[in-house]
Amino acid sequence: MSNQNVLEVKNVDFFYDDFQALENISMNIEKNKVTALIGPSGCGKSTFLRTINRMNDLIEGTRLEGNILFDGESIYQENIDVVNLRKRIGMVFQQPNPFPKSIFENVAYGPKIHGITDKIKLEEIVIESLKKAALFDEVKNRLDSSALSLSGGQQQRLCIARALAVKPEVLLMDEPASALDPVATAKIEDLIGELKNEYSIVIVTHSMQQAARVSDMTGFFLMGELVEYDKTDKIFENPSDQRTEDYITGRFG
Amino acid sequence: MISLKKKRMLTDKIFKVIFLIFISLGLVVLAALIYDIVSKGIIMLDWEFFTRFDSRFPAKAGIKAGLFGTIYVIGLMIPITFFVGTATAIYLEEYAPKNKLTDLIKLNIANLAGIPSIIYGMLGLGVFVRYLNMGRSVLAGALTLSLLVLPVVIVSAQEALRSVPNSLRNASYALGANHWHTVYKVVLPSALPSILTGFILAISRAIGETAPLIMMGALTFVMFTPQGIMDSFTVIPIQIFNWTSLPKAEFELVAASGSLLLLILLFILNGLATFIRYRYSRK
Repeated sequence: MSNQNVLEVKNVDFFYDDFQALENISMNIEKNKVTALIGPSGCGKSTFLRTINRMNDLIEGTRLEGNILFDGESIYQENIDVVNLRKRIGMVFQQPNPFPKSIFENVAYGPKIHGITDKIKLEEIVIESLKKAALFDEVKNRLDSSALSLSGGQQQRLCIARALAVKPEVLLMDEPASALDPVATAKIEDLIGELKNEYSIVIVTHSMQQAARVSDMTGFFLMGELVEYDKTDKIFENPSDQRTEDYITGRFG
Repeated sequence: MISLKKKRMLTDKIFKVIFLIFISLGLVVLAALIYDIVSKGIIMLDWEFFTRFDSRFPAKAGIKAGLFGTIYVIGLMIPITFFVGTATAIYLEEYAPKNKLTDLIKLNIANLAGIPSIIYGMLGLGVFVRYLNMGRSVLAGALTLSLLVLPVVIVSAQEALRSVPNSLRNASYALGANHWHTVYKVVLPSALPSILTGFILAISRAIGETAPLIMMGALTFVMFTPQGIMDSFTVIPIQIFNWTSLPKAEFELVAASGSLLLLILLFILNGLATFIRYRYSRK
């Protein structure tokens, strides 16, 4: 059973200075599934997402207790290579954040910093990644133009392509569609469905409908606690915790 | 109601006129100065002016020594300030721990930018010319001017780095980039146009500086161009200063020619800074 879990989170507490943002989180994240994290603003779901690729390390005064195993290995042990970890666990942010470079250079950035210099190889990776992110057809004639000339939805798919280019195993998505219009959102959601064949995806979302549409598993966070974690159908049709039911039926949050 | 509306419009107009008067005041003075310099400076300004050294006779006086001195000093100062200034700003903004000591250092650098330039001249005289035995050389002059403009260069580079959105840094880290890659490949390219703009403006300030170089003992009457960085030198503003202090009335015209040259140099540099800013802000 355990090798079906790509991530095993064990009793994680997380602090910003004195403020405890996460309390005793334990959950297993399955391979090649989409796991959605839902909950009201400030419930800790984004903070939790960032503990998985150690992006919280960049914020001063943060501290984590407990452990997270990735492929059976602790990512919080002393000698872990954070660079390698972030290469294997990619991330897409809430606001599309392409570099002010060309479309090509954006996608090639990751492979380049990881040592790929061969032009033909780079081009292959860029095209493959853009195809996977369902953006290639829209940009194939202007790979050299600025990424900032793309629309918001295209920029977000470019950011997904950029993350895929380093060939991660897990893709973390922090409300990837919250800054986008409904059409662009639908495209991203379709894409998530495609991508789960190859990647394990963890997605934080504000929209319960989105969680219900795209995910296999759903975790409900409330005030730093993981209230309930189960199959998405179960969470939305027959939650076991009263608080989960209150939230998904819109009684608060 | 109507009178209230009229009153409001009147106040509006009055203030508009007041602001207009003040800006015209500045523009008129500027125009008068430029007219004065150009009309007098153009008389003696010919090719010979650039190829002749200074002379006791106004008709034979040229700017060659000062022009070459300025090129040498500024040419040496540019790499020193650019690398030291940008590196300092990068350390302070991207690497330094965010604590009281860093804040104190930043505050003091900003304060250094406000110190009168002659103080830097005294420092240059004490440290470079005498203590380090560099003499009154091009090197000592370039280092003195470097000290003078470094605070300005550092502060403007810091601002340029701060204006790079954090989301870009996060994007880079999330792809597995290390600190240096993120700074070198993402932050610096985004900040470079602003860094360069601030840098060029600082250079144009250094070109016009006279006091610190006189203080550290640059020569006033020079009949040679520097051959190396340990040679003594003069610069354009010092020659201008020297000519204006001479009794012969015609030297005023020579000084005006020198000023005109300096003015043109500054226009070119400021134009370059504007061009860089314009070009990259459109992208």
